[in-house]
Amino acid sequence: MKKRLIGLACLVVLLGAALLTGCDSDKTKLYVYNWGDYMDRSVIKQFEQENPDIKVVYEEFASNEDMYVKVTAGASNYDVAFPSDYMVRRLANEGLLHELNMDNIPNFQYIDSRFTDMGYDPGNRYSIPYTWGTVGIAYNTTMVDEPVDSWGILWDEKYEKNLFMYDSQRDSIAVALLYLGYSLNSTDEKELEEARDLLIAQRPLVSSYVGDEVRDLMAAQEAALAVVYNGDAMQMYDLNPDIEYVIPKEGSNIWFDCMVVPTTSQHKEEAERFIDFMCRPDIALQNTEWLCYPSPHTQVMEELDEEYRNNPTLYPDDEALARCEEFDDLSAVLPLYNRIWDEVKVGALEE
Amino acid sequence: MKRDWVAYPYMGWMLVFVTVPLVLLLYNSVIIDSGSGTVRFTLEHFGRVLEPMYLSVIWRSIMLALVSTVICLVLGYPMAMIIANSSLKTQYVLIILFIIPMWMNFLARTYAWMTLLEKTGLFSQFLRWLGLPVTGLLHTDFAVILGMVYNFLPFMIFPIYVVLRKMDKSLLEASRDLGATPLMTFRRVVFPLSLSGVLSGVTLVFMPAVTTFAIPQLLGGGHYTMIGNLIEQQYLRANDWGFGSALSIILIVIILLSMALIYKVDRKEDGGLMI
Repeated sequence: MKKRLIGLACLVVLLGAALLTGCDSDKTKLYVYNWGDYMDRSVIKQFEQENPDIKVVYEEFASNEDMYVKVTAGASNYDVAFPSDYMVRRLANEGLLHELNMDNIPNFQYIDSRFTDMGYDPGNRYSIPYTWGTVGIAYNTTMVDEPVDSWGILWDEKYEKNLFMYDSQRDSIAVALLYLGYSLNSTDEKELEEARDLLIAQRPLVSSYVGDEVRDLMAAQEAALAVVYNGDAMQMYDLNPDIEYVIPKEGSNIWFDCMVVPTTSQHKEEAERFIDFMCRPDIALQNTEWLCYPSPHTQVMEELDEEYRNNPTLYPDDEALARCEEFDDLSAVLPLYNRIWDEVKVGALEE
Repeated sequence: MKRDWVAYPYMGWMLVFVTVPLVLLLYNSVIIDSGSGTVRFTLEHFGRVLEPMYLSVIWRSIMLALVSTVICLVLGYPMAMIIANSSLKTQYVLIILFIIPMWMNFLARTYAWMTLLEKTGLFSQFLRWLGLPVTGLLHTDFAVILGMVYNFLPFMIFPIYVVLRKMDKSLLEASRDLGATPLMTFRRVVFPLSLSGVLSGVTLVFMPAVTTFAIPQLLGGGHYTMIGNLIEQQYLRANDWGFGSALSIILIVIILLSMALIYKVDRKEDGGLMI
């Protein structure tokens, strides 16, 4: 009996020691929650060097919806998150974001006024833009002979099993709505059902519903066409120069990914220090060069390599941008969106 | 008394990590949040499971898992026999060869298959070199079943191998002495004696196969929504914990039923042998 007790005591001591050393107790842990492959990790190292009191814990998500679920589930304590425009609005409406103290984020001055005070967050009370971009079609010029200018090409049987769609309900339903000539913010049940039928009809043609892996797959010529974000298209182009990117004539989505401090954060001041650091000109430039995605930062735009700055894939002309629409927060019809995407993904009706 | 005391930590562990989650799952599957924080009892979530769309997903999951299990059995049984019948040294080498890949993370191995199967991948190139008209194997039925068989095959081989190795060789000699052909010996002696291994192999393959969601997602290209994918989506994307819980409960019931079936066959077999 005594031996057992001693054994147990040892175990408790060992466990306790493991917990303590695991904690690194004198450092503040800053939980950063970002999209997959969406930040130059050496930037984080530099932040930790300049702020020895902070240890960054970096985690990744695959879609806005995934992030929302994790942030609202309650078990998380993220300090900085990177939602897109419509998700910033939804989080703010639901009281899930801290108001930012701009005194702690002086580098906000470098953000281009074209990207501040936007409809999704008037006065930038909750968010600082991180990147922006468009959704369009990436295609391999060696596999597609005709000019690509319409979403309709994604329903062309010539490309059966030769095209990728995004495994993201909002983006994919938007593509179908736009092709039908509707707004990508439609809440009309009939319009949405038409979009659903169109996506179900497209299923046999789709090679795969993909996520971040689309970059490598397109570079490896696994398919001729793919619906992608423009930054991904740029990275594909770097891997395979046959890849081109176009914003179809029916219009598309323009989006803004932002930095916010969720109310789950226990370290708001440190979180703001991190956001300010990300907006510092040298850091923003380094990160943008790594990331490829368009930057809302004035200094970055001045110093960025011409090759990127004048690239229409990344920075489309005003005429193309005029065709693009922002996503609204559609919380009210979310169950319908979820259901439509289930039906498309299961594809039970077509079999 | 003493024994009870030692068991407490384990009972605590089971309570916290098995019983409580199951109770939560059950609770979530039969309640609905009718706004402003009030909840009420509902069978709505289970009603949704019965819709044709979701039933077809459950049906597809069971069929794909069954096909993979049968293929694993057909491939795994002879392999187990080969291992069990070779010299002790060869046995160790073969077993280690099967175990080494399992040291690697299962997701990493599945990603590796993606690279091998894509149009410009090694596997496709090899088949083309053989003169087969292959355009690309990724995102097909073949890829999904291959992924499952590849990942779960060792779980079929090992239990069968263990049973075969422990088998009393004098029974085989007796069978031969009594004039049975090798085929007859296998059918009447070896296979019935190894049935317990086959049944645990079938269980070990069928369970992960019916619940997998990573393999159909990665190798099937999102075309093959299985019940595991559906559950994952309810929690991660749709934020519909009620429906996700109902689906999980159904999945648990399916697994319990198949285990009960296997247990019954197993017991009948044991009884039969004793007579």
